[in-house]
Amino acid sequence: MDNTQIKEAPQDASAEGYNTPVATGGKSMEIRNLKAYYGSYLAISDVNMEIQPNKVTALIGPSGCGKSTLIRCLNRMHEVTPGAPRVEGEVLLDGQNIYAPSADPVKVRRLIGMVFQKPNPFPTMSISENVLAGIKLNSGRLNHAQAAEIVEQSLHRAALWDEVKDKLGKSGASLSGGQQQRLCIARTIAVNPEVILMDEPCSALDPIATLKIEELIEELKAQYTIIIVTHNMQQASRASDFTAFMLAQDGPGHLVEFGPTQQIFTRPTQKRTEDYITGRFG
Amino acid sequence: MPARPTFERELRDLQDELLVMSSMVDKAISRSIEALKNRDLGLARLVVSDDQKVNDKRFEIEEKCILITATQAPLASDLRTIVAVLNVITDLERMADHCVGIAKIAIMTGNEPPLKPLIDIPRMAEQSRSMLRRAMDAFVARDVAAANAVANEDDIVDQLYDQVYRELLTFMLNDPRTIDRATHLLWVAHNLERIGDRVTNICERVNFLVTGRMEEYKAAKQV
Repeated sequence: MDNTQIKEAPQDASAEGYNTPVATGGKSMEIRNLKAYYGSYLAISDVNMEIQPNKVTALIGPSGCGKSTLIRCLNRMHEVTPGAPRVEGEVLLDGQNIYAPSADPVKVRRLIGMVFQKPNPFPTMSISENVLAGIKLNSGRLNHAQAAEIVEQSLHRAALWDEVKDKLGKSGASLSGGQQQRLCIARTIAVNPEVILMDEPCSALDPIATLKIEELIEELKAQYTIIIVTHNMQQASRASDFTAFMLAQDGPGHLVEFGPTQQIFTRPTQKRTEDYITGRFG
Repeated sequence: MPARPTFERELRDLQDELLVMSSMVDKAISRSIEALKNRDLGLARLVVSDDQKVNDKRFEIEEKCILITATQAPLASDLRTIVAVLNVITDLERMADHCVGIAKIAIMTGNEPPLKPLIDIPRMAEQSRSMLRRAMDAFVARDVAAANAVANEDDIVDQLYDQVYRELLTFMLNDPRTIDRATHLLWVAHNLERIGDRVTNICERVNFLVTGRMEEYKAAKQV
């Protein structure tokens, strides 16, 4: 990634490469001495992590440990949440600090997309419009053919195309919960991100829809770097390559253990990790 | 109160069942050698018929492991406990089969005159039983050092086996009419040697249980 990529606000859709919906491949991220505050309250302290490209990294930990705050720091969403938020430290995307004074937060959020807990398609928009919403918000202009291609490609990648191809003009809200979540993933993919953040993407879905999303995550990691917050231990063990366990005991949230998922769930090195994943916590 | 009382009770019950099974095997080793030594055909037949109980117990424990895995989603040390139990019951079940092998020889040779008084073979059996009991103690205590110490004692069983082998070979060379009886005793010794190896497997599982590492003692020794 060259320096200008996260610095300049997009002027034109084609200049941004929106008309070529081919992912450039996932990028690595590095978190250095990250602290996140709400006013004077320190929510997470001194997190250091290296996120591997084209891998799935799961963030686990009890409620209130700061995992959602952490994931929101990774695309500068923390600073737009209520409560006088503030971030210290660095988050590097492919070596570039997204908190550098010259970095453009809008650009950062395009390169590092986010999928939320509750599927949130825009209810007044059609399925197609939902997919293109991110591009339009980034003031991108597309001709009809470009738009149609992006819609189809994105829905294909989100494993939703076959289910919606005959009703692209219908409201996004007409879909089932699992389909809506995949529509949100398609919307995230449409702007060609390098990293996809997912904050408990399956917690509002039934087991079948959950498995579909997990399968999708497995496919998507070939093209994107994925970071997922989950409360579901089985999901973390099934869907991720690396797992980070966070805890906020007697102080701010911090990283307790970070390693290959296979190791974390079979022989964690820290007793607190063991206690949490075996349900002996507290 | 523990965080997962039902789960913890199930794991405790599982371990208790494992100890029941190991004491069944302990009894089978002791009885098969007693039957051989005392030419007690009734006791030998009991070892053979009781093997079904050991097999049943093995499946019962296996079913429990499956049920706990399905309902409690065990992870980390809990998962390793289940996997270790599944492996140990296989070893115990095979040990009981070796006892059946010994008992069948006791039945076959019960009406022949004894070749010699049995000394080293009962020693092998006692050594194996002692190792089995202490391996199970190490399992319960999650004690790697104790498990390693037990595994090291397998050399004693192996040395006794060599001794028995050489002695029986001498008998056969001196008097070919003893070949049948000596061969039978050699099978007994071989069964006991295998039982010792199975105890070593259990010790390996104690290591896995505690550390998560899968290592063979024999492989480590050869290096």
